Amino acid sequence: MTFNILIPKAKKGDTFMPLYDNISEFQMDAFREIGTIGAGNGATALSQLMGRKIGMTVPAIKVLPFADVPDVVGGAEKLVAGIFTTVEGLAPCNLLLMFPVESAKILAGNLMEKHYGETEEIDDVGKSALAEVGNIVTGAYLNSLASFTGLSFIPSVPALATDMAGAILNTVLVQIGMAGDKALLMETVFTEIEEKVTGHFFLLPQTGSLEKIMEAIGVKE
Amino acid sequence: MSKIIKIGMADLNVAAPPDKLQTCGLGSCVGVCLWDPITKIGGMAHIMLPSSTQGKTGNDAKFADTAIPMLIEQMTKIGAEKSRLVAKIAGGAQMFSFYSANDIMKIGERNAEAVKNALQQFKIKLLAEDTGGNYGRTIEFCTRDGQLYVRTINLGEKYI
Repeated sequence: MTFNILIPKAKKGDTFMPLYDNISEFQMDAFREIGTIGAGNGATALSQLMGRKIGMTVPAIKVLPFADVPDVVGGAEKLVAGIFTTVEGLAPCNLLLMFPVESAKILAGNLMEKHYGETEEIDDVGKSALAEVGNIVTGAYLNSLASFTGLSFIPSVPALATDMAGAILNTVLVQIGMAGDKALLMETVFTEIEEKVTGHFFLLPQTGSLEKIMEAIGVKE
Repeated sequence: MSKIIKIGMADLNVAAPPDKLQTCGLGSCVGVCLWDPITKIGGMAHIMLPSSTQGKTGNDAKFADTAIPMLIEQMTKIGAEKSRLVAKIAGGAQMFSFYSANDIMKIGERNAEAVKNALQQFKIKLLAEDTGGNYGRTIEFCTRDGQLYVRTINLGEKYI
């Protein structure tokens, strides 16, 4: 599983969001730390759900133009299952958990104790199981974010779509599209030892939310 | 040999025959194709947001109201005639359905509307559209005959 944090990164001279002009090394470290613990909690939750061990790498931080974001998940046309959650509170954000459809089938199949064939579509029960995976992983991540910041995060019921990665990312990138042309991603790769399950996790703070998170953890400059 | 020119999110480009213009994975975004039937010069934009007044980022290709004039300008520069341009559009889906009617969730619909308004403003005739729904689209525009090929995951493919 990959954990990504998408933050609008404004260009130099852009007055719209001055804070993102230069994200300092110190702030990057703070994010990396939140990411590590949040992703760790997410991985633990997923291990418990799946009943097997799940490994994790230290998060990497990347700054990418929008056009390159779909490549992170294997290209705009790749068939994926996206689980989208909106989060309310003082620092509202959106969360997206994305699995390639093969991984989504393994996950759903494991939870529902059935096997999804190569051409078979994920049925409603499987979709509901995947939404639950989203619920548990995002919940675990938000818990760590909340304990770090002392802010409360109230997640919505997750919504699921199985479609092209680009099409799903369009919708979730729209909000940061208002503020900048590039995204800062934090990426943690989760490995599931026996069968290959990969996933990507995106956190998208809404305008103003990143400042609040930074302020709450005391790294606002 | 015809080349396929790929257009990313919040990007645009122009082409002449026999080349094709392609954009993959349109969700709430709208793909706008303009074409001059005489010179057969075509252009495509991948629009993310309806209006540039919502945020100033310096990338005009991202917004419906700024991308269309920019596309027209680039096409006329290589020989297209503005008064002859016709348009085909696709995309503007609503990928996720939520119980709460969040404004941002209707972005696809708003994008499609903004694109149509901008086309009207520049007196460009909309020949065909494939917008709305809850599914992604990949589109390919052929500058040779002005046909727009639309591919989906579950609903097959078609030409508009």
